[in-house]
Amino acid sequence: MQDAGGEWALEVEDLTVAYADQPVLWDVDLQVPSGVKMAIIGPNGAGKSTLVKAAMGLVRPVAGEVRIFGRPRSSAQGQIAYVPQRATLSWDFPTDVVDVVTMGTYGRLGWFHRSGAVQRQQAEEALEQVGMTAFLRRPIAELSGGQQQRVLLARALVQDAPINILDEPFQGVDAPTERAIIGVLNGLAEEGKTIIVVHHDLQTVPEYFDSVLLLNVRAIDAGPVSEVFTDENLRLTFGGRVGVLETREVEV
Amino acid sequence: MDFFGDYTLRLVALGSAVLGATSGALGSFAYLRRQSLLGDAVSHAALPGIALAFLLTGSKAPLVLMVGAGLAGWIGTLVVRVVVGRSRVPYDSALGIVLSVFFGVGLVLLTFIQKQPNAAQAGLDSFLFGQAASLLRQDVVTMSVLATAALLILALLWKEFKLLSFDPEFASSLGLPIRRLDGLLTFLLVVAIVIGLQTVGVVLMSAMIVAPAAAARQWSRRLLPMVVLAALIGVFSGVAGSVMSSLVPRLPTGPTIVLVLSVVVVGSLMVAPRRGLVWRFLRLGRLLRAPDLDPVLMHLYALSLQHAGDPEHGHNTAVLRTMSPTGADVGAALEGLADRGLAQQTGDGLWAPTPIGRREAERVLEREAKS
Repeated sequence: MQDAGGEWALEVEDLTVAYADQPVLWDVDLQVPSGVKMAIIGPNGAGKSTLVKAAMGLVRPVAGEVRIFGRPRSSAQGQIAYVPQRATLSWDFPTDVVDVVTMGTYGRLGWFHRSGAVQRQQAEEALEQVGMTAFLRRPIAELSGGQQQRVLLARALVQDAPINILDEPFQGVDAPTERAIIGVLNGLAEEGKTIIVVHHDLQTVPEYFDSVLLLNVRAIDAGPVSEVFTDENLRLTFGGRVGVLETREVEV
Repeated sequence: MDFFGDYTLRLVALGSAVLGATSGALGSFAYLRRQSLLGDAVSHAALPGIALAFLLTGSKAPLVLMVGAGLAGWIGTLVVRVVVGRSRVPYDSALGIVLSVFFGVGLVLLTFIQKQPNAAQAGLDSFLFGQAASLLRQDVVTMSVLATAALLILALLWKEFKLLSFDPEFASSLGLPIRRLDGLLTFLLVVAIVIGLQTVGVVLMSAMIVAPAAAARQWSRRLLPMVVLAALIGVFSGVAGSVMSSLVPRLPTGPTIVLVLSVVVVGSLMVAPRRGLVWRFLRLGRLLRAPDLDPVLMHLYALSLQHAGDPEHGHNTAVLRTMSPTGADVGAALEGLADRGLAQQTGDGLWAPTPIGRREAERVLEREAKS
C-alpha cells in the first residue's frame, strides 16, 4: 500500500469546516499512517463525524486539504470505504440485505452496468464474514440495530478499499455484534488495511485500537494509544468531565 | 356503446395510461425520498409557465405549453433549492411558498388572458382541473414520446437513482455526482408532471405522483416490484377513470382518475399483508387475546401460601379476577395453566396450583429477584 505514494494513508492539512459561520473543525492537521487502527474520540459536537465526512468529500471545508496516499482526494476514488452512522439511513426503504451489500460494488461497476452473479457472490461472502448469511433476502425494515450495522459493515467489506472509515459503528448494537465488528476490523488490519473509527466509548479504546486522535474542534493530539491516550490529554479534550467520571467509578 | 371502437375514449384512455405509468414510476422515487410535496409544488408552479408560453407565442400547441409548464416547474424547484440553501426557511415551508406564489401568479395571468378580446385563449383554464376530452392525437403522441424518454433514462440510471434515494452520502462516497443525479431525477419528475397537466390539471396532479407509490409500497418489499406496481396502478387508474367518465355524462376524467386511485390507496392501506391495517389489527388482536399465564399463576401461588397446610385448597375465580388487571381473561389463563399441568380445578369455580405449578412460580420469583 505504501507504494501507492507516500507513507500516510490519510493526510489532513489545515482543515477548517464551518456550519452557518460556526466553526466545527478549526485548523485540524492529521496524518494517519498506513495500516493503523485509529479511534477518533472527543465530546459531542467535537466535529468527529464532520472530520471523516470532510475526508470523504461529503462536506465542503472552508479551508484545508485532504490527501489520500499522497494524492488529492478528488483523484483517489475507490480508496475509502465508508460506513455512515446507522441512524442516518432510511431503513424503511424497500430493499433487502443482499441488495444493500451489493451496493458496495457499484463503485467498480461503473455507469449503466447492472450487478450480476459476480457481485452477488461478493456480497454473500461479505455477509458470511459478518455472520448474516441467514438473512440474505430479509427486508432491511425487519432488521435489529445490530443486524443493520453488520449489513453496513458487509457493504464496506465488498468495496475492498485500503482505507475503511466507520462512523460510530458500536452505537446501540448488542454485545455479539460489537465482538463481530471488532473481529472483522482486526481481520482487515491484518491484511494491512487502514481503519479509522469514530468512537464514543473511552474504556475500550486501548483494547480495540492502536492509534487515537483526540478531537475537540481542534486536534488535541494524535498518535499511538500508549503515548497519546493519557489522562492529561483526555482532560484537555473533554474539559474536565472525564475526571468526574473516574471519581464516580472509584466510589462505586 | 362500443368502448374500444370509440376513438375519443381510446385516445383519452391511452393518454391517461401513459401519464399513470410515468407518474407512478417516478412518483415512487419522490415518495421514497420523502419529496411527495415536491410534486405538488412543481405542478402548481407550472401554471404561470403555461400562461406565459401562450402569451409569448400565441400558440396552444401541446409541446409549446408543456415546455412552458416544464420550465416554470423546474424554476420552482430551483427556487426551493435556493431558499433552503440561503435562508433558515425549512424545506416544507419553502415548498409551500413556491407553490402558492407561483400558483397565484398563474391565476393572475390566466385571468388576464381570459379578459383579452380574442377567441384563441379559450380552454386554457382547463389546465386547472384538467380536461381529458380535449386530448388530441398530437397531444397523446407528445406525451408518449416524453414518457418513453423519461422511463428510458430511469431504467439506464436505475442503480444510481436507487443509491441516491436510499443512501446519498454513500453514493457520494463512491464518487457519484449526487447533485447532478438529484437534479436529473427532479427533472424527470417535472417531465412526469408536465405529461399529466392537460388531463388531470395542476391542482390534482400531485395525487398522481404520491398515490400510486403509496399504494404500491404497501405490497412490495423491493424497489423494482414497487416501481412496476406503482406504474401499473397508475395505468389502471388512468384507464378505469377514463372509461367511467365516458359512461356517466358530465363526469370529469381527471378527478375520476384520482378517485379511482384513492380507492386503490385506501384498499392497499387496509388489506396489504404485513403493512395493512387489517393485518396489523388481526395480529394485535391475537396478541391481546393470548392470555398472559404468569400473573394468574403467581396469584394462585400467593393465595396457596396463605393455606400452607393445604396447598391444594381451591381459590375462587372471582378472587383471581379482582387481583388481575381489568379486562384480562382470567378464565382463559386458568384453562391455559391447566393445559400445561400448572393448575387444577378443585371444584366449581375453584382453582389451585399443582405441585409443578408451585415450583414454576418459585422459579419465576427467583428469576425476577435476580434481574
